[in-house]
This record gives sequence, C-alpha cells and structure tokens, in this order.
Amino acid sequence: MTAPDSRPPALLTVRDLRTYFRTDAGVARAVDGVSFDVMPRETIGIVGESGCGKSVTSLSIMRLIRPPGTIEAGSRVEFEGRDLLALPEPEMRKIRGNRIAMIFQEPMTSLNPVFTVGEQIAEVARVHANASRKDAWDRAVEMLQLTGIPAPAQRATEYPHQLSGGMRQRVMIAMALVMDPALLIADEPTTALDVTIQAQILELLQQLQERFAMSIILITHDLGVIAEMAQRVLVMYAGEIVEQASVGELFARPHHPYTEGLLAAMPTLGEARSRLAVIPGTVPPPTRWPAGCRFHDRCRYAWERPERDHPPLFEVGPAHWSRCFLAEEPQRRTQAKDASAIAGGSA
Amino acid sequence: MSSLLSVRDLVKHFPITRGVFGRPVGAVRAVDGISFDVKQGETLGLVGESGCGKTTAGRAILRLIEPTSGQVTFDGVDVLSRDPARLRALRRRMQIVFQDPFSSLNPRMTVGAIVREGLIIHELAEGAAAHARVKQLLEEVGLRPEYATRYPHEFSGGQRQRIGIARALAVEPSFIVCDEPVSALDVSVQAQVINLLQDLQRDRGLTYLFIAHDLSVVEHVATRVAVMYLGHIVELAGAEDLYAEPFMPYTQALLSAVPIPDPQKRKQRIVLTGDVPSPANPPPGCPFHPRCHHPAKDAACARITPPLETKADGHLAACIKQPPTRITWEEQLAAGATHRPERYVPLALAARS
Repeated sequence: MTAPDSRPPALLTVRDLRTYFRTDAGVARAVDGVSFDVMPRETIGIVGESGCGKSVTSLSIMRLIRPPGTIEAGSRVEFEGRDLLALPEPEMRKIRGNRIAMIFQEPMTSLNPVFTVGEQIAEVARVHANASRKDAWDRAVEMLQLTGIPAPAQRATEYPHQLSGGMRQRVMIAMALVMDPALLIADEPTTALDVTIQAQILELLQQLQERFAMSIILITHDLGVIAEMAQRVLVMYAGEIVEQASVGELFARPHHPYTEGLLAAMPTLGEARSRLAVIPGTVPPPTRWPAGCRFHDRCRYAWERPERDHPPLFEVGPAHWSRCFLAEEPQRRTQAKDASAIAGGSA
Repeated sequence: MSSLLSVRDLVKHFPITRGVFGRPVGAVRAVDGISFDVKQGETLGLVGESGCGKTTAGRAILRLIEPTSGQVTFDGVDVLSRDPARLRALRRRMQIVFQDPFSSLNPRMTVGAIVREGLIIHELAEGAAAHARVKQLLEEVGLRPEYATRYPHEFSGGQRQRIGIARALAVEPSFIVCDEPVSALDVSVQAQVINLLQDLQRDRGLTYLFIAHDLSVVEHVATRVAVMYLGHIVELAGAEDLYAEPFMPYTQALLSAVPIPDPQKRKQRIVLTGDVPSPANPPPGCPFHPRCHHPAKDAACARITPPLETKADGHLAACIKQPPTRITWEEQLAAGATHRPERYVPLALAARS
C-alpha cells in the first residue's frame, strides 16, 4: 500500500454507514456498513442491482432519508472536513446544492411542471448565492448553454413538458452545477434515455467534470457505463460493498463471485456467446439478508464457511478489496470450475 | 426456410385531432410503411429508440391495434382481413410477451387462472386436464407448480415475466412477439429469462419477433435484425453482418453509442447532435438526414426518400450515399446533390473490432 500521507485528503469520507428502515415486515438494513472515499476530481462508480442499497447510500450522504428510515448511530460522513451527519439542518441545506449536487434517473419528476426551466435554474442561484433576478437569469441561460442546449435563451423560457428526455436531463445537470459543486451524485442519470442520447449525456458529464473540477459519484446498474466513465468502482450487494477496485483491475480480474457473475450474465456487443451465464435466484429482501455471506445461496463456489461466517473485505490486489473467503482459499475457485467442466457445464 | 410471417407496407398513423368535433389536423406516423419477413424458427430482432415505432409495429401485426393499411400474412393466412371470430383462432398461434411484468398480469387473478385462461377460451383443456397442464407449463418456465394458487404481487419481476411466458405458451403458439421482454429486469435475472426464451425456442421450434432497444441483447438472441427509425426500417440484415458492417449511418451511430463493459476498449463514439424528430412532423427525404454524419450527406438527402435496398448479400439498408444504390447519380444531381455516394465506415466503428 502507498503511504497514507502521500495521498491528497479525500473530498468525501464515508465510514460504516448504516441506513435502516423499520417497517412492519421487520428492519430493512438497506445500507449496512458501507465505507469508501471519494478523491477530488475522481469519478467513482457504484454498481449493483435493484435493492442493493446504492441509491440509499447516496441519499444518506445528502441526508435525504425520510422516516421510517434512519441513519444509524456510529455512521460517519465527512465532506470537506465537516461531519455532515452532525450538521444542523440549515447548514446541511447550504451544502446541498452549493457543494454537493444530485441528478436523478427521471428528470421529469424532479422538475417543477409549472415553472419555466430558466426560472427553476435561476432560483437555485438566487437562493444559494443571493444573486439578483437579472444575474440569476443570465446565469441560468449561461448554464443551459454550457450543457449544450441549442438556443439557450429561448429554451430557458420553456416548460419542462416542452423538452425531450435528453434535454430535461441537460436542464437537471445545469441546475445541479449552477453553484459549482465539488461533488455531483448522479443516480442512474442515463437509464431512462435512449442509447444515442445516453452517449451525449455521458460525454457532457465528462466535459463538465473537467471544467468544474468536480468529483462524481455515478450510480448505475450498467457495467458498460461504469467502464466508460469511472476510475474506481464499488460493487454493492445486499446493503454491502462486496468488491472495490480501480476500473481496469475490476474488469480484468473480478474477484467476488457476484462481480464475476454480473460480468458473465451481461450480453456484450461483439462477443457472441451461445449461452449467457446466470446467477441463480434473486436478491433477497432487505429485511432478511442471509446469515454468513449474503451471497452464499446464489454462489457457485459456496461451502460451509461462507454459510456460517460473514466475510470481511480482504485485500486481493493493489487497492482491490473483495468480501469473499476465496481470498484465503483460492483453490476452491479452480476446483469448482474444474468440477463444472467435467460435468459438462460451461465455465 | 420459408416465411412464417410476411409484412408488407404496414402503416399505422394515429390521427391528431383538435376541437370538440375531433377535426383531424395531422397524424403521428408511428409506422410508416414497413416490410419484412420472419422465417420459420428464426428470431427477428426489431431495434430502435423510443418512438421509432417498433412496439406499434409488433401490436399492429397481431391486430392488438388496427393498422391503417398494409398486408400481414401469417402462415399463408391474411391477418388483416380476418373477421373477429376467425381472428381469435389465429391468435392461438400468435402470442405476445409484454415488457412490464407488473402491469400485464391481472392482480386479481391467481397465477393458475392467468395461465389457464387461454386454455379455456380456446377450448384446449378444461377441468383436471387444464389444471395439470397449468402445472406442467409453470414447471416448464422454471416456476414451482404450487405457485398456481398465488397472486402476481407475490412474485419478483423475473418470476412475473416467467408467468407471462407461461401464459403465452399455454395455447401452444408457433409465433411470439416478445416486446422488450427483459428491459425491466436486473442483469442477473435478465440472463435467466433470455436463456429460458432460447430454450423454449429450441424445444418447441418457436419463431420470435424480438422487439428491444438494447442492442447487446438483440445481438445475443437474433438471427436477423431490423433497425427502425421514425417509423421506417432503415437497415435489415443477418445479425452478424449488421453488427460487423452496418451501412446505414444511423445504425453506425447506434452501435457506437453502446457502452462496452471493458475499460480497455474505451472508444470514440459517434455522438449524434440533436434529438429524434417528432413522428408527427418527420423530415422530408431521408428521416435521418438532419442528424446524419455521413461525409457525403447533401441536399439530395433532404429530397429523396431512400429505398430499403440491397447493399450486400442479404443486407438491406436505406441510404443513397452508401453504394450501391439504385438512385442514379443523375437523379441525385437533379435533387441538388454535391457529393457522390461513397462507402463510409466511421473510425469509431473500425477501431472496435
């Protein structure tokens, strides 16, 4: 490992984050002990399937968790040296929008249908920067231009329903970046968009990241988007980080059987395969995470130990961690593969 | 192989009306004259972005919505001229699996009743025989037979999609329109459902029209692929040819836009400018010309509607600038052309293979 002091301080530090929802069906441990850092100007990808806790993680950082959800005591979120979980709400409100901004999957539900998009962007500048009406409006038009909207002065006077999905997402991005935030949380920003529009938005995010020198937390279920955008990746499963690595390392040498399974299950352009590998079963409900390793009942390598014990994160390579006992018993992976080859299954 | 389904000049326009009397003032040209065949036992992929007309096309073929004009022939039978009673008999052989497993199953019916309905309507089985058949179907799609007594809300998205597939299979169809069958599912579950559809096709000799926006999924399942843009088929070829050597600049852009899950292959993309125009007001000439990146694009593209024509063996595309084309240079000149047709393969695509 590199010496800790040789690294610049992290912009965001999350330690042992636990967000639980107390429901009639029991306690849903949606996020259950998540720790990671985001460095300045870095894009970190969080990938996982529905219900893995990736969105709740980002909402917890923003402190946007509503009852019955609570961020449990002992969780820590530090941003620019401040403990966000201890800030009074008015202080936190200044951080949101000013220093940390967020964009969501469905821009239509995040925009107010009765105000023009220019008014909505200008309002952010007026509230957070005390800008005059005129200045705020000019700033809104300028932001629309930056996000590549043609005829921005004209578009600013239009209502959200007059815009296409791609345009609305550009408006959301403009609104998020008005105050020049240090961190942008993008939660499935392109999932609702067509692939050619997705390409435009991803390109735009990369350009704006450079220009605004910001960090991005990119939350997505799409490993393709992760591969193109992120420098580091967190893979989440059942409320936990199960693997963490640089993007190159993760795709070249996935360690956790869940990551391995996700990559194998994805049909990939240009890679003809006769049959997709499957991960059997489905994600368990968050009120009933399995004991031991939470993935063991879907895992092709599982043996007694992960059924009984909960694995910690093991360091399996340079800056590469995996929550799997295969780190200590690697021979089990090759044995299982040999066995399935002998049985005639595809590896 | 012979064609099981043949579609000719299929058109579906939705009228735009105004005022209390519903005066028609225009039309959304959702499907604007498409023709293709689906051969016995193959999977024809129908891809395109939102609003391109692929879903409307699938439904118009089954007459779930009535087409404006055109011809659909299924196994020698003219589908569009059939009266309702005889259409029902045909429907037994043509089924559909919907995208959204949450809204396409009746929440008040048990899984057993949902799957059984088709058996009863088409008088294929009743009583104990129907019961036994339902259990057999559930097993076939990978569900436990005892699930028959439960309700749809008790199941996950992937399981519901299996129920939808069992319902379609109940009447023993030979042709199934799969309308975005895996789009709402997580990756790991998506793979399970794709494999199931492929197994069923192999075991039962099914023919699929597979409608999807995900090009990777379509490449995986399809024998041949048709690409739609603004109500038109703009390219149609064997899956391998289409993905290896797309002719139509739209297909090229579409393929280059798909993110590849391999950071070593971070690549150049053809980033199209602008949005898809409205199908209520499509551009004249080639529907793609306002966004086209072909270097030979010129005034003729805005005037001449490109025919879907043979560019290579079994490979059709609609572009007057990708040779060969039956639109002569004289005709193009007359339409204001300044650039001769020239084979164009963008770097972004050449670099990836």
